[in-house]
Amino acid sequence: MTDIKITIIDRDGVSHEIDAPTDMNMNLMEVVRSYELAPEGTIGICGGMAMCASCQCYVLSDTELPEMGDDEEAMLSEAFNVKDNSRLGCQLHITEDMDGLEVELAPEEL
Amino acid sequence: MIKTDILIIGAGPTGLFAVFEAGLLKLKCHLIDALPQAGGQCSEIYPKKPIYDIPGFPEVLAGDLVDNLMEQIKSFQPGFTLGERAETIDKLEDGTFVVTTNKGTKHHAPVVAIAGGLGSFEPRKPLLDNLSKFEDSGVAYMIKDPEVYRDKKVVIAGGGDSALDWSIFLADVASQVTLVHRRNEFRGALDSVEKVQELKNQGKLNLITPAEIIALNGDDKLESVLIIKISDAKEEILLDVDNFIPLFGLSPKLGPIGDWGLEIEKNAIKVDTFDYQTNIPGIYAIGDVNTYPGKLKLILCGFHEATLMCQSAFQKIHPDKKYVMKYTTVGGVSGFDGTKKEAPKAVVKKIE
Repeated sequence: MTDIKITIIDRDGVSHEIDAPTDMNMNLMEVVRSYELAPEGTIGICGGMAMCASCQCYVLSDTELPEMGDDEEAMLSEAFNVKDNSRLGCQLHITEDMDGLEVELAPEEL
Repeated sequence: MIKTDILIIGAGPTGLFAVFEAGLLKLKCHLIDALPQAGGQCSEIYPKKPIYDIPGFPEVLAGDLVDNLMEQIKSFQPGFTLGERAETIDKLEDGTFVVTTNKGTKHHAPVVAIAGGLGSFEPRKPLLDNLSKFEDSGVAYMIKDPEVYRDKKVVIAGGGDSALDWSIFLADVASQVTLVHRRNEFRGALDSVEKVQELKNQGKLNLITPAEIIALNGDDKLESVLIIKISDAKEEILLDVDNFIPLFGLSPKLGPIGDWGLEIEKNAIKVDTFDYQTNIPGIYAIGDVNTYPGKLKLILCGFHEATLMCQSAFQKIHPDKKYVMKYTTVGGVSGFDGTKKEAPKAVVKKIE
């Protein structure tokens, strides 16, 4: 089993350094939910199909991440609060290369 | 007033299957849904996506699952109030309920089952300062009557099917149609994308991409919008318009149900797993909308919850009736429309 360290800044601005497993077939949205860093029902609403933007986050570190797929790019083009460093957590599959990743959760769409 | 035995709020897979289980118990159902079609998320968000964990279906498209459920419940003749959101609930003196929608349609039933999924789907509103100020005077999130836009100057924002389709439609109605999208690429049916291209080439449609509307101006009514081009130059365009229609899709909100006095935890309704009843006797919550220790938001769990809910509802509606569960293989399915499905009788024949 291999865990990597990830820093997640929640929607209240609190920083959490957590261990994320690379062998559980998890994505970043699911890691956030598993640590309950955002209330249930406010993140991962579509379940991880890149069909809502409730898991949008801003990538703060210069960690190399996989390129955006068409679905993710299309969803982010319609989402709100989007910045240049926006990604959808559900499309970021946790791998060892992401060790040291730092992200901030985007505000909830109201 | 619409009268029924079980009033189901939400016509997603769980709500639809509840009609079947209720029908086996000779209870009639009526469903309310804010969306214009049945199927909930399966129809609205991912009709073309395969689901792999419906027992007995190695793979089924979400849209096909809904079609199958509609076929399965057809003989139980459920009623539907579609395109209306359940707004208020009143408990009458005899313990029955009246649920009224946002359009004033009233429904009366002894049992209410909330199968509301993630909530009702509401249009996603862009974050613009004075957006709400113009909601009755130029800004609309869905198009109910296209004639409103006859000979008007209209700006539409969005990059999906509805933005494309309405731009095409209104190009013939409005005096001027402008479509603004944050990217050059559109996510819609190829036909629609090509049609928009054609209208643009003919000068019948004004396309501004990649761009975003960043401000709304006007005194009593909307008069212009400020558009910024998303490029290095950040060019700003002030466009005179009568109407602004942001079409950014729908997102679910628990909505008015959250104010019905039900116990809410984690944006979901707390229930007793004995029969999925809420803290208000006679109101049940099934499927993704409920929560309890160990809850999983799976369609197959919703089916189970719907089944147990119906047993409890039967007891509540007919406290004096004795009942034992009957297998459909034994009892068949007798619809309210007079049809009966049953296993063919085995032929007993002597072998000479």
